[in-house]
Amino acid sequence: MSPYEDLIIDHWRNPRNKGTLEAPDVDVTEANVPCGDVVRLQLRVRDGAVEDVRFDGRGCAISMAAASLLTEMIKGKKLEELQGMRQEDILDALGGVIKPRLNCALLSYRTLRKALDSLGARERIRGQKAGAEEKT
Amino acid sequence: MRNVCDDFPVLQREVSGRPLIYLDSGATSQKPKQVIEAVARFYRETNANVHRGLYQLAVEATELYEEARGRVAAFIGAHPEETIFTRGTTEALNLLAYSLGEIRVGPGDEILVTVMEHHANLVPWQVLSQRKGAILRAVGITSEGELDLEDFRRKLTSRTRIVAVTHVSNVLGTVNPIPEIAEMAHGVGAVVVVDAAQSVPHMEVKVRELGCDFLAFSGHKMLGPMGIGVLWGRREHLEEMPPFLTGGEMIREVWIDRATWNDLPYKFEAGTPPVAQAVGLGAAVDYLQGLGMEEVRRHEERLVAEALEGLLARDYVEVYGPRDPGKRGGVLAFNLRGVHPHDVATLLDQEGIAIRAGHHCAQPLHRLLGVPASCRVSFYVYNTREEIEAFLSALDRVWEALGK
Repeated sequence: MSPYEDLIIDHWRNPRNKGTLEAPDVDVTEANVPCGDVVRLQLRVRDGAVEDVRFDGRGCAISMAAASLLTEMIKGKKLEELQGMRQEDILDALGGVIKPRLNCALLSYRTLRKALDSLGARERIRGQKAGAEEKT
Repeated sequence: MRNVCDDFPVLQREVSGRPLIYLDSGATSQKPKQVIEAVARFYRETNANVHRGLYQLAVEATELYEEARGRVAAFIGAHPEETIFTRGTTEALNLLAYSLGEIRVGPGDEILVTVMEHHANLVPWQVLSQRKGAILRAVGITSEGELDLEDFRRKLTSRTRIVAVTHVSNVLGTVNPIPEIAEMAHGVGAVVVVDAAQSVPHMEVKVRELGCDFLAFSGHKMLGPMGIGVLWGRREHLEEMPPFLTGGEMIREVWIDRATWNDLPYKFEAGTPPVAQAVGLGAAVDYLQGLGMEEVRRHEERLVAEALEGLLARDYVEVYGPRDPGKRGGVLAFNLRGVHPHDVATLLDQEGIAIRAGHHCAQPLHRLLGVPASCRVSFYVYNTREEIEAFLSALDRVWEALGK
C-alpha cells in the first residue's frame, strides 16, 4: 500500500540537500505549530541566484518530502524567478496533495517566502544605505 | 452485545471504495436512526418554541424538551432541576469557570487541575485564575499514565477552592478515581468539577456515587446530536451561583435597570434552547439504556483489550496510558516509531479507516509525553472485533510503507 506518490516516499526516505550551510546568506525557520512540523531553510546567494541550499527539520512525510523537493526546485534559480513561484508549483511537483494535508505540503513554500522577504528587506536596507552614502 | 451496525446509516457508506471503519468516537459518535428520526420527527410534527407558547404545539414541544431532561437526569441518577442543558461540555465548563469562579475564587486562592485535561477543562480555569489573581496548579501523572495521587495530596491545600478533573482521559484512556479525589477535595473544602465527556457515553455514571459537585458531558459523543450537552450540579451550589448567560427564559421579572432570576435549571438556560437536539439526546439515552450501560462497557473493554494486545505486540508501536484494559475507557493513543501521526491517519484513511491524529486538544499532556502529536483510536457500541483486526493489519501496511 502506497497511496503517497512514489516521489514523496523517495524524498522522505532520501532527502536531498538536507543539513546546514556554513555562512548562509539567509537562514529562516517556519513551523506548523499544531502538528509540530518544523522546516529550516538556508540559502547562499551569488549574483542574484541561489548558489546553494540546505533544509533541516522534522515532521510528517509530506512536509519533509516537500521541503526536499523544494530545495531541488530552487537551486540555481534567480531570486526574481523564485519571487514568481506559486504554491501550485510545489503542489503540482508533488503530484497533488489531498486537502487535509495542504498545510504540510506548503510549510516549506512558506519558509521560502520568508527567506525571500528577509533577503528583500536586507537588499532594501543596503540600497537605502548606498543611497545615503551617495548623498553625503 | 447484539450487532447494532444496521442501526447506524453512516456506517453503511464506503470511504475510498471500502466499507467505513469509524474509530474516532472519542471525537464524536455516529448516530443511530432512532436518534435521527427523533430529531426529524420533532421538526416535522412538533416544532415550536418552549415554555412560552399557550397553543397546543408549544405545549407538546415543551413536554418533549422536559421529558428529555428527565431521561438524561435519570440516566446519571440526578434530579431534573439540577440538570442543565448547555451547548456541550465546553460550554458547561466555561459556565462553571465564570459563575462558580465568581463566588468561590479570590486572589491567592488555588484551582487544581491535572496535566491530562482536555483544553476545555484547562483554559477556562486559566482565564479564571488570571481574572481573579488565583493560582492554577496541575497534578502530574505516573509513568503508567495514571493520575499521581501522591502529587494530588501534595498540591491540595487549604487554599484549594476548585478541583477540576477529567473522569476519563481523552488521550491516555485512564479512568480517574473520582470518589477518592472528591473525598480528599471535600476534606479541604474544595468543590469538585468532573469532565465526563469521555465517561458518561461509555460506562454507567451516577453522580451520587462519584461524589463530585459538578459533572459536564456532551450529547454528540453519546449517540446524540451535536449542539447539546449537560451540566449537572448540586442544587446548593447552583442556587448560590450567578447566571452565566443572561436574556430570555432565565429571568423572572425584568425592569429597565434590574432583573430577577428564574428557578433552576432555567436560570442557566438563557435564550431559545436546542430543543430538537435535547429530544435527540433523550432518544440516545433510551437507545443506550436499551443496550444496557454495563453491556456497553463490557463490549468496549473487550475491544480495547484486543486492540491493546495487538498494538503492544508490534515493536514499532508505542502505546500511551495504562496497560490494563480495566483501568481504561474506550480510547487508545499510540505512535509508530519515527512516523508522524498525520501520515498514519492519511494512509489508514485510504483504506476507509477513520482515526484521529494530532494533539487531541491536550497539548500539555503531549509535551509531557515528549511527542508533538499522537494517533488515537476510540471505540463505541458499533465497533467490532473484525474492525480491530482490519485496523491492526492496515497498521502493518503503514509501517511497511513509511517505517524505517
